[in-house]
Amino acid sequence: MAKQRTPEGPPPQPPVQKLRIQYARRGRLRYSSTRDFGRALERALRRSGVPMAYSAGFHPHPKISYANGAPTGAASEAEYFEISVTEQVDPAAVAAALDEALPEGLDIVTVVEARPGSLADRLQASRWELRFPGVEPAELETAVAGFLAEERIEVERMFKRGMKSYDARGPVEWARTGVAEDGCAILKMVVRHTTPAVRPDDVLSAITAATSFAPPRSPIATRLAQGIWSSETESVADPLATD
Amino acid sequence: MSGETIFPALEPLLEKVSKPIQYVGGELNSTVKEWQVGGHGPGGEELTVRWALMYPDAYEVGVPNQGVMILYEVLNERPDALAERTYAVWPDMEALLREHGLPQFTVDGHRPVGDFDVFGLSFSTELGYTNMLTALDLAGIPLHSSERTDEHPLVIMGGHASFNPEPVADFVDAAIVGDGEEAVLAATDIIGEWKAQGRPGGRVEVLRRLAATGGVYVPAFYDVDYLPDGRIQRVVPTESGVPWRVDKHTVMDLDEWPYPKQPLVPLAESVHERMSVEIFRGCTRGCRFCQAGMITRPVRERSITGIGEMVEQGLQATGFEEVGLLSLSSADHSEIGDVAKGLADRYEGTNTGLSLPSTRVDAFNIDLANELTRNGRRSGLTFAPEGGSERIRKVINKMVTEEDLIRTVSAAYGAGWRQVKLYFMCGLPTETDEDVLQIAEVAKRVIETGREVAGHNDIRCTVSIGGFVPKPHTPFQWSPQLGAEQTDERLHKLRDAIRADKRYGRSIGFRYHDGRPGIVEGLLSRGDRRVGRVIEQVWRDGGRFDGWSEYFSYDRWMAAAEKAFEGTGVDVDWFTTREREEAEVLPWDHIDSGLDKEWLWQDWLDALDETEVEDCRWTPCFDCGVCPQMGTDIEIGPTGKQLLPLTVLGSGKESMVRS
Repeated sequence: MAKQRTPEGPPPQPPVQKLRIQYARRGRLRYSSTRDFGRALERALRRSGVPMAYSAGFHPHPKISYANGAPTGAASEAEYFEISVTEQVDPAAVAAALDEALPEGLDIVTVVEARPGSLADRLQASRWELRFPGVEPAELETAVAGFLAEERIEVERMFKRGMKSYDARGPVEWARTGVAEDGCAILKMVVRHTTPAVRPDDVLSAITAATSFAPPRSPIATRLAQGIWSSETESVADPLATD
Repeated sequence: MSGETIFPALEPLLEKVSKPIQYVGGELNSTVKEWQVGGHGPGGEELTVRWALMYPDAYEVGVPNQGVMILYEVLNERPDALAERTYAVWPDMEALLREHGLPQFTVDGHRPVGDFDVFGLSFSTELGYTNMLTALDLAGIPLHSSERTDEHPLVIMGGHASFNPEPVADFVDAAIVGDGEEAVLAATDIIGEWKAQGRPGGRVEVLRRLAATGGVYVPAFYDVDYLPDGRIQRVVPTESGVPWRVDKHTVMDLDEWPYPKQPLVPLAESVHERMSVEIFRGCTRGCRFCQAGMITRPVRERSITGIGEMVEQGLQATGFEEVGLLSLSSADHSEIGDVAKGLADRYEGTNTGLSLPSTRVDAFNIDLANELTRNGRRSGLTFAPEGGSERIRKVINKMVTEEDLIRTVSAAYGAGWRQVKLYFMCGLPTETDEDVLQIAEVAKRVIETGREVAGHNDIRCTVSIGGFVPKPHTPFQWSPQLGAEQTDERLHKLRDAIRADKRYGRSIGFRYHDGRPGIVEGLLSRGDRRVGRVIEQVWRDGGRFDGWSEYFSYDRWMAAAEKAFEGTGVDVDWFTTREREEAEVLPWDHIDSGLDKEWLWQDWLDALDETEVEDCRWTPCFDCGVCPQMGTDIEIGPTGKQLLPLTVLGSGKESMVRS
């Protein structure tokens, strides 16, 4: 057994506070991936001087955990992550400093101090809006009605371990069509978080499978909210409300 | 010529391509200026000079390029100029752009490249030539400079490949040779004045004015005559006021050019996830294979305080976690110890890592390595002995001994490093199988010594081998290149020799590329104007991204060459594996790198005699010719100054912390 090396110098400072942060991914930056955001965030944390806590060892990493990122290409008003810091900080000041340091389009919405309990457990469902440029609102309405009439619709997607088939209808709690102010056909829906996660493009595949609906281009998806699902009010509640 | 954004038309395509983030721009520290930022003259003349700068490779490779980053910034600092960046689009995006009739665009303003005044391309390798043709074609710019009109941008190349621009002479309007930062500003002055005058005489006139400076090469103003056997007879200027030889540019006093001040920070992952600060430019070690060392002479150091300021400002502007101290041989900076210690002190406790991307074994020491990794991550150590045997290292003038190497790596393993990477070349002039097989012996000795000093067997050594390609403006410019098959044969023997010894084989990693891309690189490096037809043929046959093994096709290059060289009496071997004689006119002789051709020839003879030449930084001048001819001088320290610790990074913390 080789002797283990340990880094010289003092151990890293312990975390004293955990922050939960909601951010938005807007405009052309919706093409950034969760990994892209991670790099941008670490750099923004360093530029703005947030007293980040690091892991120990030869390859220290900032203590950041990401939750349930939206797929690349989808915009989002409600992405979440948690960070640990080595000094007590004012969440509002961190929000302002981080927002300033992040590129435009990656915007901090709110920062709160974490109370006990897991953030991931509270992210039970997402509310989405899909814009369909070039689609007649009536056509979309018919297609969505056809989709909702089914109980189960299997879709397939390529995963790291190969193609997987799963139900993209069941997790959709509700779906309503409408017309945006600019006349564009839109679909709003709430999708419960299941494994594998049902994404907006899965729902579109399911609609197509059920009704042969085929939009001229992919819709632009925006996650408007994610959080605690209430079947009574049929709504998605703020996951940071109890922090 | 409107400079209008094409983003609305581009956006629907983004979800259909791989890595769309590479096309959206908006990087931290990027700039989008108003199209008419320079205003207008009394007669409505445009007073703005606009550059589209291209690194002709994929975004992930191009975006960290220091050359482009520097020019982008110095141009954008001018109130009467703007610069935007463009990169080679992947084949999936190329197909979609063609299908939808969209042009090559910049990632900053998503403006059509064809709308700019200048399309500037930086070539660090010749393997980007086919990507230039894709970009020209997508931009709607005729491939051949002779077919361009006043409606088209001036196509100007720079970068190390511009020291032999002849293979792309038909495609570029001009080449700027040497350091770019002052040269692009001077070119901007000339182009701006010509535009303000209402563009008199069209593109020929502005090219004439650029050529008259003596520092811009316009291939169309030169005729090449050939001898019956295919060699060049002479190269003559065809216009009055055009120089016989074009000078390279040399920037003196790097402290006056602290660029990039605001390095770009891409969102997408790129090949270098760090910030780089150039600590000196040029190298006089005199390694005979090294084109960069020859063409960037003399040595010009940035001062320790200049380095400190750039690191501090760059980290504030980017938030990068690692700083690369860049140069051709970073441990050779006259104050490298103080630089490393000063920076390590300054960034104590911030997890900011420092790295020397290029280090010589004889200039390396463990104290330096410990300073560099004090605050950051400890990655592997890399050294480049280049040649396996003592004899071949004399031929290439890489004056390090096996003892130097063993002493250095045993110090490293003794200090706790577990991984050492060693770079070598195969196919060096006069090389035999024995020289290359010696690499296996060196690697075994490294492991053997390493196990001894470390006291355990958990260490590794990776041997990485590249095929040697003779380059213009080096003493090896006359040398025959080793054929692809012989290179492969030699490398297979070496691989077998490493694997054969069970005691060490498993601790030694072996990486190499086959010899075929090197032959194409050799053709493009030492080619003349006749090679342009091959490049065009390859591109028409679908050649793209030749630096990427998954796209590179040797067969396509050879088939294209056969077709293009038909009836010329020359072929690929003539350009690559043929040895040149002293009297031969070389295709790049009219590009003046400052090096005296007679000195280079003498150095080539010295190489064959295994005679070494010292470094002129620390010994008297060896008359390579650069300093007197270019009016330059070696600029090295020590300055005797120190870096003082300061409160840097994280100075915004006070506003957040609760007292």
